[in-house]
Amino acid sequence: MKSVITWASYVLVHTPDMVIANGSTQTTERIVNPNSEYLQKLPKHIRSYESALSYPPNRCYIGDITPAQLGAMEQPYYENGIEDAERFSKFGEIMPEDEFYLLIQACDSFDLVFLEENFVKTTKEKLSKHPLMREDILNRIKNGVSKGEIERFINEEHAEGLYIKGEAVGFVKRAHDVDPNLSAHIMLENLVSKASSVLSLLHTIDKSGIDPSEIDYVIECSEEACGDMNQRGGGNFAKAEAEIAGLMGATGSDLRGFCAAPAHAMVTAASLVKAGTFKHVIVTAGGSTAKLGMNGKDHVKKGLPVLEDMVASFSILISVDDGVNPYIDLDHVGRHTVGTGSSPQAVISSLVLHPLQSANLRIPDIDKYAAEMQNPEITKPAGAGDVPLANFKMIGALAVKEGQLERKELNSFIEKHGMPGWAPTQGHIPSGVPYVGFAREALMKGEIKNAMIVGKGSLFLGRLTNLFDGISFMMLPNTGVEEEKQFDDKQLKSMLADALRKFAQSLGGEGE
Amino acid sequence: MDLENQKRVLELSEKYGPENLVIILGAAEGEAAGLAAETVTAGDPTFAGPLTGVQLGLRVYHVCEEEIKSEIDPDIYDEQISMMEMVLDIDDIVSEMTAIRDEFCKY
Repeated sequence: MKSVITWASYVLVHTPDMVIANGSTQTTERIVNPNSEYLQKLPKHIRSYESALSYPPNRCYIGDITPAQLGAMEQPYYENGIEDAERFSKFGEIMPEDEFYLLIQACDSFDLVFLEENFVKTTKEKLSKHPLMREDILNRIKNGVSKGEIERFINEEHAEGLYIKGEAVGFVKRAHDVDPNLSAHIMLENLVSKASSVLSLLHTIDKSGIDPSEIDYVIECSEEACGDMNQRGGGNFAKAEAEIAGLMGATGSDLRGFCAAPAHAMVTAASLVKAGTFKHVIVTAGGSTAKLGMNGKDHVKKGLPVLEDMVASFSILISVDDGVNPYIDLDHVGRHTVGTGSSPQAVISSLVLHPLQSANLRIPDIDKYAAEMQNPEITKPAGAGDVPLANFKMIGALAVKEGQLERKELNSFIEKHGMPGWAPTQGHIPSGVPYVGFAREALMKGEIKNAMIVGKGSLFLGRLTNLFDGISFMMLPNTGVEEEKQFDDKQLKSMLADALRKFAQSLGGEGE
Repeated sequence: MDLENQKRVLELSEKYGPENLVIILGAAEGEAAGLAAETVTAGDPTFAGPLTGVQLGLRVYHVCEEEIKSEIDPDIYDEQISMMEMVLDIDDIVSEMTAIRDEFCKY
């Protein structure tokens, strides 16, 4: 039995006010240096929704343009927006911040989110027109509160404000008076992750055409932790999100592994399906408020707009073999093991070379690689270089070292087997998975014959180990449902009789 | 340079003396290597970490520079680093590192 990728949705939310209010670079700066030049200049570098909507890497994330089309576009991307860009696209959408605040409230099950009354009236009308907002979701939006109430909670009750163009339109209150794990800050972070993931789930259910009650299991793979002081990472984002998305027949769990988690989750989901445990599993992840404006200081210093203003999410449906959709090759999964070592050479060997060797393939045999797909326009000004390019260079260089590629072919290898980066720097989001949707299409159209998705994660951030981590898998085209060999009783009886006859003959022979 | 690493560099230089310390970098770019080298010689240029305003002047090299490469067993170098050497712009890194050392290194 094969596990196939039936659909992949990708969603962005433009959250300019959350950059200022909630991004960890900004919240830290407000504590350490509240009067800094950066904080004063920052609001002038915030993009409009229209600008984020037309931004080519964002169009690529939601499937409006392909990576190849993005690669052909003029740079800098932020000065060369795509005209007449629309909100909804093949893989998902780009939601504006005001509607997202209402969705956050719809995802709040503990009366923690409050919004201003006029804001609710006008925005609910907008959100009601959203094609995927079911009545039961819209009914979870509460009537608003007064501006005075909002100010009081922000100023006196440790609530986190929700802002539009700097003006408070709501708040998230703390869920416990003492427990820091349930502070307003953490609750907001977790609710944003939940709501953005829910939006991707809704797109996946809609576009895959699956009956939502048929989803058996959801694996959530973001980088957030939910729980209280006695179980700080207790979870279960997956089930909480499935509830709002209306997946009544599903349970689920959370899988963590920093940026590598989505690739781990894909392999886990595919294995559950292949084993016959479940028929339909969704891998999903919401976005991160903490990472908004993470490199904002460099962007502001270099005169760029703050490009990290998007909360990103994705949901991928993995199902039993339908004979049509591309499948995940679970027989040749690459793994960075405890004994692998942390040098880039060891890492790439374990994730790329070794699984290929086990499948009798060479590095140039894979048509497209997708590793860390960060948008270089975000990372380069911050001194982190072009991350996808660095990965393709490393894969190519390893092929040269292994005698699978001529050194002079290295640049053409990168061009042919790689692609430009487009994913927002939301940690787990860029890690291999942004290409799954495009790879699915390209495999079905026969444009490529295989693709390798590489998830990599830096575990040192948790201060429990210095080990690196990663897992990789190949996506292959489906050549039709394999007929499993089944025996009927008659066949079985005749085979048994045949075997017994031969056995008896051999015994007789020995006696002679 | 990561604030935690700055703290460790500062602590180690206090414990063993800056004259006894060599910093080896593995940065993937000349600019990033230069920034890290500047941090451990002239102080944190971003004014964010514990090395802000601390001019340690440490000896600092990139692992691909000849001074360090020649100290490493060639087999291990080939196994662990040669792939990256192919990927990196070594000339750029060497010129960045040399410039920083010439200006700020005290040892």
